[in-house]
Amino acid sequence: MGDITPEFQKKRGGGGVDVTNLSAFAAGGASRTQAEIVAIIATAIIVIGGLELALRLFEVPLYIMPPPSAIAMALIKDFPFIAPHLGHTLVELFAGFAIGASIGLILAAVITQFPFSEKIIAPYILLLVTTPMLALVPLLILRFGFGYTPRIIAVALASGPMVMINAATGFRRVDSAKIALARSYGASTLQIFWKIRAPMALPMILVGLMIGSIFGLLTAVGAEMVGGGFGLGNRLTSYSSMIQMPQFFAVVLILSLLGIAIYVTFFLIGKKWASWDA
Amino acid sequence: MSEPKADDQRPKLEIDKVSKAYGDFLALRECDFSVARNEIVSIVGPSGCGKTTLLWSMSGLHGVSGGEIRLDGVPITKPHRDIGLVFQESNLLPWRNLRGNILFPYEITGETPDHDWIAHLLERVGLKGFEDAMPGALSGGMQQRASIVRALSQHPSVLLMDEPFGALDSFTREDMNRLVEEIWLESKTTIVFITHSIEEAVFLSDRVVVLSGRPGSVAAIHDIDLPRPRTDEVMASRQVFDLMNAIKGGIAGARTKAAE
Repeated sequence: MGDITPEFQKKRGGGGVDVTNLSAFAAGGASRTQAEIVAIIATAIIVIGGLELALRLFEVPLYIMPPPSAIAMALIKDFPFIAPHLGHTLVELFAGFAIGASIGLILAAVITQFPFSEKIIAPYILLLVTTPMLALVPLLILRFGFGYTPRIIAVALASGPMVMINAATGFRRVDSAKIALARSYGASTLQIFWKIRAPMALPMILVGLMIGSIFGLLTAVGAEMVGGGFGLGNRLTSYSSMIQMPQFFAVVLILSLLGIAIYVTFFLIGKKWASWDA
Repeated sequence: MSEPKADDQRPKLEIDKVSKAYGDFLALRECDFSVARNEIVSIVGPSGCGKTTLLWSMSGLHGVSGGEIRLDGVPITKPHRDIGLVFQESNLLPWRNLRGNILFPYEITGETPDHDWIAHLLERVGLKGFEDAMPGALSGGMQQRASIVRALSQHPSVLLMDEPFGALDSFTREDMNRLVEEIWLESKTTIVFITHSIEEAVFLSDRVVVLSGRPGSVAAIHDIDLPRPRTDEVMASRQVFDLMNAIKGGIAGARTKAAE
């Protein structure tokens, strides 16, 4: 029966934000044919090899755009030095995201229970979503110094509202018939929340967590670029100021891979726990 | 499922001059009929005549604005342990497999599941072996069978069914009607059945209540005096033809009245 169950988050009209539906993943990992694998590898070779060839052919200086081989070499050679910075960025991301996402989830669950309070709070949440939290980082640094604290606060402020608005959309997807079903057995408000509302909201909660964590990563790196002597963002400013472009792009590559890892993680969680057809 | 204590002469369900208003809008006006113990009563009527409102009031999910609904003589004010509900389009929880869906009532009430009874019901409706399937992977008919098992799992003495087979194709619908009759012949539950289909109403019911629309009120009650089980032969008889025409005429009358 397992393979007939619908894919995670089928696209539906008016289904809200949905970024988890790239066809490359939706096609299902295990079902790739040999021809597809060959095509994927061939495309990668053509793109990366083509870039390498073009950069060398047109003699593009290393400080403008280093070739992929130079980036790969820098990544291997300098990784021991970059690794602690990666660790710092991850600490900021996890701590800030954990705080932001928890507050966002709780707020979403509470305000959707009271539509009146939602009307009052909504403008402030919108303000938080649209304000670039990076703008606040210099202020936070003034107050909290150059340590983890201002960065964690910035990550929490950036990811929390994203989690909240998506989770709230999920919690608002009320199916009155399913709530009536629970009530017909005498379910309490709390039982209705845990057994009906929360599972119904789960796909949107996961979308919110994914968007929130990616926003958190961007904000963490941005905050590191503003000030403080550690973190991947600090490496970016420092390498670019020293015109060490292979190292600079090696860090960019690490950040891209981090973003992909976040995406894939939430995609797999969604496939496992929210693959029912809403 | 008989209850020795209860007085067998008293109607199982009494709908006593029930009215229901939503603000200024009157949905039901003095609906008045009763359902005898072990009887199947269908409620038919044009769309928007308040059938579902009436059924939800009987289930205790809705209050009433006037009159009273009584189960075994006791007014219904909130959902009752003894009433099972079957919803339109199965209403299974799509994130739970069939077992999870059928055990859902037990999770809410905190009772110990009656596994033997559930296994019997699953076998009865032909879903044995599908316990681990997700609802989305099953056909509409199978989903509705599972929802019937869920509704019967806690031994209700009354089953309220709200247009349960409206979304199914006509063949599946006939199968489901037969299944309901078989289950009823076996368990003698009291059933109130809402439908758009006059044929379905005649096939299943001991009596058919015709509601007229806006506000919903009882336009006619037809006795369906046919032998059971209702075979194709019975259903092809002249008597059924006349009954269906009479009910159809009643509904048409109710519609023109509503349009005026």
